[in-house]
Amino acid sequence: MADINVLYFASLRDAAGIDSEAVAHDGDLRALYLLLQRKHGFALPLDRLRVAMNGAFARWDDVPGEGAEIAFIPPVSGG
Amino acid sequence: MKHLFALSDKAFDIAPLRERLLRAEAGAYASFEGWVRNHNDGRAALGLRYEAYSALAEAEGAKIVAEALARFEIADAACVHRVGDLAVGDLAVWVGVSAAHRDAAFSACRWIIDEVKLRVPIWKHERYAEGDASWLHPNPDGTDL
Repeated sequence: MADINVLYFASLRDAAGIDSEAVAHDGDLRALYLLLQRKHGFALPLDRLRVAMNGAFARWDDVPGEGAEIAFIPPVSGG
Repeated sequence: MKHLFALSDKAFDIAPLRERLLRAEAGAYASFEGWVRNHNDGRAALGLRYEAYSALAEAEGAKIVAEALARFEIADAACVHRVGDLAVGDLAVWVGVSAAHRDAAFSACRWIIDEVKLRVPIWKHERYAEGDASWLHPNPDGTDL
């Protein structure tokens, strides 16, 4: 189990009701999103998101290490 | 930072940004300003809020500017994007490019704003005249969730 910090933005933050949370997780980032999607009822499917680890884009099969900071990136709408 | 990409939480002045792009070898300058408009997708909008994942947005934005420098025959480029609350008519994003010739300046300017809209983790929360508000999470084909 790795203790990680998860950041939420935009509609994910509204759905979760929090902007971050500490999670103890064993597995890759895909499993982490599916777990948290069930917990918070996120409407966005995984294939519409990107994921970042420690401030850089990551892959869904990356496994977060102890103390990692994870952010799920909903479809962006800047500009 | 040589290749500037920045987030700004308040209104910013374009003149000093433009001045940073001046080069003796540059005969052309192209810029783009994105403004907050009063409608989106057929609905009347009052204003919006931009939120960013700042650390990643700044890194990805700087990468886009650096990629533009490599892809196009340009002298320099920069981009600044607002975050926070904006009203109709406010400047939301600015891109500036200097180059020896206009063709590369126009092309790079267009490419940078397109890449910023696709890749930089910034989200728009729009407030509508009817009183509701929503996050925009566009599909790749341009339609919304």
